[in-house]
Amino acid sequence: MSTTTARDLASPAPTKASKARPRRGLRANATLNFWLFTGPFLIGLVIFVFVPIGWSLWLSFFDARFTVTPSNFIGFDNYKTVLTDPNFTGSLVTFTVFAAFIVPLTWGLSLSLALLVHRLTYLRAFFRSVFFLPTACSYVAASLIWKMSIFNGVRFGLANTVLGWFGVDQVAWLANPTPPWYWLVIVTLRLWLQAGFYMILFLAALQNIPSELYEAAAIDGAKPGWQTFRYITLPQLRATSTAVILLLLVAAYQAFDEFFNLMGRATWGQPPLVILYKTAIGVNQDYGQGSAGAVVLTLLICVVTLFQGKIMGFGRGEESK
Amino acid sequence: MSAMSSSNWDRRSLLKAAAGLAAAGTLSACGSNNGRGGGSGSGTNLVQYFHAYGEPGVEQAVKRYAKAYTKANVSTQWITGNNFENKLFPALLTKQAPDVFEFHPQIQLVKSGQVADLTDIIDPVKDDFNPADIKSHTVDGKIYGVRMIDDPQFFFYRKSMFEKANVSVPTTLDELIEAAAKLTTSKVKGLFLGNDLTPVQNNLIWSAGADTLDDKNQIAYHTDGVVEGLKKLRTLFTSGHLLLDAPADFWDPSAFNQGLCAIQWGGMWGMPATQQALGDDFGVFPFPKIGSNGKQSVYNGGWSMFVNAKGDNVDAAKEYVKWLWIDQKQYQTDFATSYGFHIPPRASIAAQAGKLKSGAAADSVKLFNTYGHFDNIGWTQAMITAFNDVIANTVRKNGNPEAALDTCDTKVNRELKKLFG
Repeated sequence: MSTTTARDLASPAPTKASKARPRRGLRANATLNFWLFTGPFLIGLVIFVFVPIGWSLWLSFFDARFTVTPSNFIGFDNYKTVLTDPNFTGSLVTFTVFAAFIVPLTWGLSLSLALLVHRLTYLRAFFRSVFFLPTACSYVAASLIWKMSIFNGVRFGLANTVLGWFGVDQVAWLANPTPPWYWLVIVTLRLWLQAGFYMILFLAALQNIPSELYEAAAIDGAKPGWQTFRYITLPQLRATSTAVILLLLVAAYQAFDEFFNLMGRATWGQPPLVILYKTAIGVNQDYGQGSAGAVVLTLLICVVTLFQGKIMGFGRGEESK
Repeated sequence: MSAMSSSNWDRRSLLKAAAGLAAAGTLSACGSNNGRGGGSGSGTNLVQYFHAYGEPGVEQAVKRYAKAYTKANVSTQWITGNNFENKLFPALLTKQAPDVFEFHPQIQLVKSGQVADLTDIIDPVKDDFNPADIKSHTVDGKIYGVRMIDDPQFFFYRKSMFEKANVSVPTTLDELIEAAAKLTTSKVKGLFLGNDLTPVQNNLIWSAGADTLDDKNQIAYHTDGVVEGLKKLRTLFTSGHLLLDAPADFWDPSAFNQGLCAIQWGGMWGMPATQQALGDDFGVFPFPKIGSNGKQSVYNGGWSMFVNAKGDNVDAAKEYVKWLWIDQKQYQTDFATSYGFHIPPRASIAAQAGKLKSGAAADSVKLFNTYGHFDNIGWTQAMITAFNDVIANTVRKNGNPEAALDTCDTKVNRELKKLFG
């Protein structure tokens, strides 16, 4: 059998197959297929995202105590109350302090871990798993471990036991705003929980850097180590770094579980979501005021995210850099 | 090709299986027990919410009582964690709301129409209840909850540690602060008031000779005595003699039983565990008086059963509440005395509660009767939270007590205006 013959025989095959198996029913209707696949998700999005957002906006203009179907329109009163509430405004300060700690620390730690794991010749998968595993732990469970075992205020708490070896008296880590030891508890908890996840992102980015770049740099006389990292690795990680910082910032805004479980009835160290939860879902049951706070917070997140994107060039095309 | 066929067959099979499951689900939903019920009854399904009691056996007991009820299937949601109200209140706004739930008497539940009037089921036995409990559940002559248990809260103290440090039982806040200092050693802290100190906030008010609200539902806590008490608590907080950040909070007697502190604020419910751990080496005393106009106080907390007025089965729920918390005296006795200790709110049951007639339990009942303050139905959760902030901002954060009380006044007055006009 010559090659030509084979080619001649092979060419009509698609037509035959097409005639033999015509596209029928669901397969033929691209529009139907589109709605079949996206419809359920779209319905879910409308019911569970857009309707609640709209409802929340509506509630924010009503006196909605103990009800989500209020009738007493009060205009911007809820907004006035929220913006003059020291607990809410203080929560924005808490968030800012938290973000100022957690964003650079997590960025630095996750990048360092990624660099360490990337350079490992042996047991790379093991260490990658070890550092990633805390990500699977629930924030609530981790908070309880931190609060009850490591950073409790009694003499047999892990941290106090270690301090005791050096003759330091037991510390009440979470009870007292001065000195603010509670930041140590909160920040270490979140670092432990999320550094592994961002390490994986950086690891993927590191593996995508072409080795030719390092070879070219070496030929040009770049010293391995800090110089290579500063001029090759770090610029190549720019897109990942921007995404990581954006994700960290959004995650910091959404901080809830660890603050709620660690800080209890403190008036300090409460991020916005904890305040809004206590106002609306919690004991006060003020859905109007809670919704007003949610609207304010959403606007704030949008502004900060856009500002951060502009500063860091997130989404900007390569050509415009 | 074969793979294609197999794929088609799989899709058909899946569709058939899904249809079969849907049909089976529909049929099973037609049955009397759709998974919601847990009892032996048929027809009506009732859901009851309980917060998680710490004492072993209580959950099983509650479910056992529910199972014994024959006129409806009663299932129990046992809500763990420290925020029972955070789960209860949102649930009451939904279709999944409980028909019956335990909570404390608070007027916003009545004003917002969330709880049903239970006057008709309580009236026949009203005189058998502690009058203060009836009063604390009454709004405009109607009674909105059935008290299940009374839970006095006071100090537990370790007798042997007091003797060793040559300390007498304190009767004033100054004496309490001095005692905490004398009792503190390298391994034991003098005093534990709970991790955020809020458990004693009402007692701070009462012991200073003030009250949360007066008879006209106006602010009664903003007095010089309360300011003095807040300042003294701040001294205690910074003294190093207070146990802070304990793994278990005040409601659990662990810190006291394990010897982490010499005095702990706690409730009568923890007494059986303390007796088991320490035998007779403990006693109880009320919150000491503050200033010259003060007087010792005990908080008579407790839990009450309410019926969701917006539920689908209000009459059936009321009938269940009547059956369990009014008619079934043996269950009420069991609930009050077989696990943690509680004082039965019914005089006839309290009179027969043998376990409460001797030792520290008898002393507790005496403190309850002598120094007790009951829930004020007008002092709502929002007001309690506002005063939580006073404790946080003054005692723990060293803020100005007058300024903190002014802020609290604003919040409480806003709440009072909404509730009473």
